[in-house]
Amino acid sequence: MTPRPARTSRPREGTLDGLVASKEIVIACGPGGVGKTTAAAATAAMAAFHHGGRVLVLTIDPARRLADALGLRDGADGPEAGLGNAERRIPDEVFRAAAGRSPRGELWAAMLDTKESWDQLVRRHAPDALARDRIFANPLYRNISGRFVQSHDYIAMERLYDLHAQGTYDLIVLDTAPSRSALDFLDAPARMADFFSSRLLRWLTASYRSRVVNLASRPFYQVADRILGTQFLGDIAEFFILFQSMYAGFVERAEAVTRLLSDRRTTFLVVSTLEATPVREAEYFAAELVARDLHLGAIVVNKVLPGYFRDREAAQLAEHLRDGAADLGTRLADALGTDAALTERVCAEIAESFLNFGVVARREAEQQAELATSPEVLATVPFFEDDIVDMEGLLRLGAMMWG
Amino acid sequence: MGPERAAGAPHAGRPPPLLDHRLLFVTGKGGTGKTTVAAALAQLAASRGKRVLACEVDAKGDLAALFEAAPTDFAGREVAPGVRAMTMDTEASLREYLKLQLRFPVATRLGPLARALDFVAAAAPGVREILTVGKLCYEVRERAYDLVVVDAAATGHVVSQLAAPQAINELVRVGLIRSQTDWMLEILSDHRCTGLVAVTTPEEMPVNETLELVARVRTETTVGLSAVVVNRVLPELFGHHEEAVFDELCARPEALSALLGGDAGPLVEGARLAVSMRRSRAEHLQRLREGLAAADVGSDRRDGAAASPAASSATSARATPPEPVQVLYLPYLFARAHGLRSTTQLARALGEELGL
Repeated sequence: MTPRPARTSRPREGTLDGLVASKEIVIACGPGGVGKTTAAAATAAMAAFHHGGRVLVLTIDPARRLADALGLRDGADGPEAGLGNAERRIPDEVFRAAAGRSPRGELWAAMLDTKESWDQLVRRHAPDALARDRIFANPLYRNISGRFVQSHDYIAMERLYDLHAQGTYDLIVLDTAPSRSALDFLDAPARMADFFSSRLLRWLTASYRSRVVNLASRPFYQVADRILGTQFLGDIAEFFILFQSMYAGFVERAEAVTRLLSDRRTTFLVVSTLEATPVREAEYFAAELVARDLHLGAIVVNKVLPGYFRDREAAQLAEHLRDGAADLGTRLADALGTDAALTERVCAEIAESFLNFGVVARREAEQQAELATSPEVLATVPFFEDDIVDMEGLLRLGAMMWG
Repeated sequence: MGPERAAGAPHAGRPPPLLDHRLLFVTGKGGTGKTTVAAALAQLAASRGKRVLACEVDAKGDLAALFEAAPTDFAGREVAPGVRAMTMDTEASLREYLKLQLRFPVATRLGPLARALDFVAAAAPGVREILTVGKLCYEVRERAYDLVVVDAAATGHVVSQLAAPQAINELVRVGLIRSQTDWMLEILSDHRCTGLVAVTTPEEMPVNETLELVARVRTETTVGLSAVVVNRVLPELFGHHEEAVFDELCARPEALSALLGGDAGPLVEGARLAVSMRRSRAEHLQRLREGLAAADVGSDRRDGAAASPAASSATSARATPPEPVQVLYLPYLFARAHGLRSTTQLARALGEELGL
């Protein structure tokens, strides 16, 4: 199967095709392990190929071969060199090899490097070189930028805002990390702003500066001191005094990011499979997006078993074959010129396997009905037998999603 | 009170059989069935007479649902014979800790305390994690249970959870938290007591993440990897000779249609899909086995070099070089839904894999 060749550039409504064509930012989110990264890459590839314009896919943690396909790993510069923050253009040649023609637009890809993005942020907001270097040297900063899971969420939103504000791209497709709580990234900018403006932080840094512990902050100090020790408390305070020099910039940005997320030019794709747990998480996710007045554009249901597994007539034939495998197997062996005993076992296995998958397919159909609630678009992608590891695979997947 | 099988009982260096651990962290990439495997482990251990505490670290309520029970809280509840389930809550953990260790007047300080915790957790990654790990280690030390099974954080996050005591040791030099990390490290580093179970499926990303996890666990934490569980392994439809027959049938499906008196196309196509799914998964399984074997060799080398402070403390805490990791295979369940029935099926399959 190759993707459809050049087609009319006017996308249809009620499809992912139409949805993506009318947006500037597409955020792919959903539970872990459902093919979110691949779906995001396929969406971007399709948009660049069919719609045109400059399209960027910003991924979090692509599989190695997908990263290769997107040119995010470059063996020539050493094993890690390609895994970078910098945006790279996918050569048109990759599209020509996969689909026989050049894309209408340009496809760019970048991977989010949390540490590097934090450093950029500090460089931008630090009041002077001295403050910047002291922040870089602070062990707490290194901890936060490198390991802090929530900082990953924040930095993804921050980077998205930055890229959008530059106006370099017509469409940005963002892949999100499977958060512990799937919606952390939505709250990250607000939480970061809250944090920097918190009364607690002001108490701490103010009293640290003056070395006078006032009465109001005493209970906090008693607890924090006993748990953490004065030295560590001092380290924390010093770090936040440094960070407060960037306070205004941070809060302003966080608010801008929040506005961008709720802008009508931004839409969300919830990606899920039809397994019970992902479906429950995806449902929750969709409901939360709606509750927050964010644009739930589409639900993409991935890895769906073929519909013929639910076919009643086929299931009856399978039962017939299972129950009569001995007789049917012998007669089939005659027809095919194969060994009778082997053919009987093959018949039994075929029937059993079909009925087994039928159970799963019916469960999936029920799950899908539950998911089809509020999105503008429900896109269903069949189970692919092979992993998607190249542009041809991305476009094949994308063609299914496009509708 | 405590069981005879004590955490510190000498066991000639070898890690014990999986169920003889006192504390098992079950991790895995999202979607691999980590919670299901944790539930199955808990049920299997309980069916063998152990008193089990099953703890869910992410408060999703899935663990209790796998026992057909209502969501649990920090206090926990018996969800199956011999299995008590609880949900981690770092704030409750801190409260319990303060009550036990400090006799701190908790009731009067809840407001500032909660905010202080938020503040501290945001400022210093590792604090939230250590309250989680601390509670689990505490339950091991108290010995009210023979085995604590943890439905732990996903692969991306579990390393920082397990490495939290060391991270705290590096950042904090005095204070109560610091003074508490030593006994936690002792429990976590004892491979006869504590083990990590990595759940994966035979697919590309889960296998990649598992191999990355194995490497990181060995270099960044003191915890031993006890087993890799490969979940959702598809059955093999055909042996070699049967496959030749099936190829004949694929070439002429109408022969079967004629016998059945209906279109056999979907049946043959369905079997073909099952065969090719199984085949592509077999390749990932092979990659997993090779990667795990290579990791065993690699980690021996690293142990000798002892590069980072964390790694050197890991090495000194570890009595022996790592054993080849045990790989356990669990079948794909063609089930209607997930619940007690699938938990029981997986527990049985796990028991068979463990030779019980």
